[in-house]
Amino acid sequence: MLEQIYNHFNDIVAAILFVIGFSNLLFQKNLIKKIIGINIMDVSIYLLLASQGYISGRIAPILTDGSENAVTYINPIPSGLVLTGIVVSVSVTALMLSMTVRLYRKYKTLDLDEILMKVRREKEESEK
Amino acid sequence: MDFVMNFPFFSIMLCMFAALATFMLGRKAAGIVAKAAISITLIMSVVLTAWLHMSGESFVYMMGHFPAPWGNEIRAGELEGIMAVFTCIIALLSMTTGKTSIRTQVDDTKQNLFYLITCLMEASLLALIYTNDIFTGYVFIEINTIAGCGLIMIKNTGRAIASAVRYMVVSLVGSGLFLIGTTLLYSITGHLLMENIFDSVSELFSDGSHIVTLTIITALMTVGLSIKSGLFPFHLWIPDAYAVSIAPSSAMLSGMVSKGYIFLLIKLIYRVIGFEVFKETGVFDLIFIAGVAAMIMGSVSAIRSEHLRRMTAYSSVSQIGYIFMGIGIANDAGMVAAIFHIITHGLTKSLLFMSASSFTGKKEDIRIRDIKGMGHKHPVSSAAFTAAALSIVGFPLFAGFIAKMLLANASFGEGYKMYIAICAIAISTILNVIYFFRCIINLYAFGGFEDKDRENSIAGGDTAKEEAEFLPTRYERIVHGVSVSVLAVLNLYIGVAPKLLTSILTKGLNVFN
Repeated sequence: MLEQIYNHFNDIVAAILFVIGFSNLLFQKNLIKKIIGINIMDVSIYLLLASQGYISGRIAPILTDGSENAVTYINPIPSGLVLTGIVVSVSVTALMLSMTVRLYRKYKTLDLDEILMKVRREKEESEK
Repeated sequence: MDFVMNFPFFSIMLCMFAALATFMLGRKAAGIVAKAAISITLIMSVVLTAWLHMSGESFVYMMGHFPAPWGNEIRAGELEGIMAVFTCIIALLSMTTGKTSIRTQVDDTKQNLFYLITCLMEASLLALIYTNDIFTGYVFIEINTIAGCGLIMIKNTGRAIASAVRYMVVSLVGSGLFLIGTTLLYSITGHLLMENIFDSVSELFSDGSHIVTLTIITALMTVGLSIKSGLFPFHLWIPDAYAVSIAPSSAMLSGMVSKGYIFLLIKLIYRVIGFEVFKETGVFDLIFIAGVAAMIMGSVSAIRSEHLRRMTAYSSVSQIGYIFMGIGIANDAGMVAAIFHIITHGLTKSLLFMSASSFTGKKEDIRIRDIKGMGHKHPVSSAAFTAAALSIVGFPLFAGFIAKMLLANASFGEGYKMYIAICAIAISTILNVIYFFRCIINLYAFGGFEDKDRENSIAGGDTAKEEAEFLPTRYERIVHGVSVSVLAVLNLYIGVAPKLLTSILTKGLNVFN
């Protein structure tokens, strides 16, 4: 049991982080906390992805001392995928933050429930 | 290698560069560039589909200089070709019909950004359709989400931004689940290209190892994609997103954006996991049940809603249910019916949103009882709306009828699924009739309609001038009329002569794996 946990330590941490991020994203009312939740969720997936490519005892796939033998290095593809994923999550975070700024300027609050309530009231007033 | 084989790559790149160019141009020039780019893409896609239909083959196109197991690839067959044609048609017609909405409801300095988002959307959809690499699929899912978010919040109101935030939150959960699925799939197969994954998965499956992992992967990816396309339990963002944004955005969101994800799911079933393995995991039954529930619940919500565009959005939920039910029947005929319905529903639902835009005017939405008599004021739009409504209801001669017939035919001989599918189609059709005929009857009713615009213009004054700003000009009215007529005629054509489309879909599905 303990050995199993030790062998899959990265995966278990990733799973716990994913649950934390996921529940933050869905259940937090504050928009900034939601965005932090998104980031934790993304990071957990990148941890899972990066640990798939890690082979213990090997080094990062960068040619420094001239060894062209593949046995020296870890698998570079997951690292590349993680880089792509980070770019994606940076742009998503930027977009979410910009929307948050706009909503805050309009409604002077970060609470999504309160914002939705104000939006509904606005709609009802416009229909009168 | 034939020159035609470059077309998928050209069309993706053309849309991308057009998006970059519109960023620097003014409103008019941006519109022209975007329309030209998408028209050229449309022509290329038509030529490609015709060429593939003649040769009856499919091809894989290498991107960059790395060969198969390492590099990136795109693949084109008849299915991909016809989907590309269909998305181009909807994007192009949404832009032409939406001229008035864009001019009056988007900030002056930001109107070129609408065209930017449209081009980006088209490029990401084409990439989703053509890609042969599952991680590229993930990246373009995210680009598609961002572009969809832009389409919703291009109208700079509090409501639009709030619904864009909700759309984003739900979508990010979906793409997160898809990414976990991709990661696990990579960890057990070691590949990212669809064909290589397919080979490894069938090997693993015949060994009997990793069955649980494969089931989890299939479930994660399916749930992720169905969250993004708005299947029943995850549909809560749909009505807000579709009803709040401007008319061309709603037309594109409902017509093609959610369909791109469904097409990726079909690709996943046939080309990544493999049909037999997918069937063994039992996810098909899950999709089937969710689809049937969506068909009924979407229609019930549509009957309960008082507003025209909100009702149309809820009707989208039920139509997405039809598509997922077709996939869930789990045979080739069901899959053909599902793709057929993707196309008919895209053409019909975008037509509904486009024609509804002339009833709502500058307002966000309109109560159904307030459209009384509009049929006499906007004859072309009303005729188009009626045609689209009849098509969704499943009236013979229209495309929707063929789609429903194909779905019902596909369910024959599938045991309990046959009874459930046919009952669900019958019940959902009756519910559809209830809410769409309420609209049509209101449209052509006499009385209750007051010509406020004319009174205003007789009275003169500033308000009349301001009102006139929001009315479509003569040119815009003509373009709008022509565009909705084209869509309505296309709908009628597919309904009268469905042979060509079904033969393309059947042949395309045969060479799909």
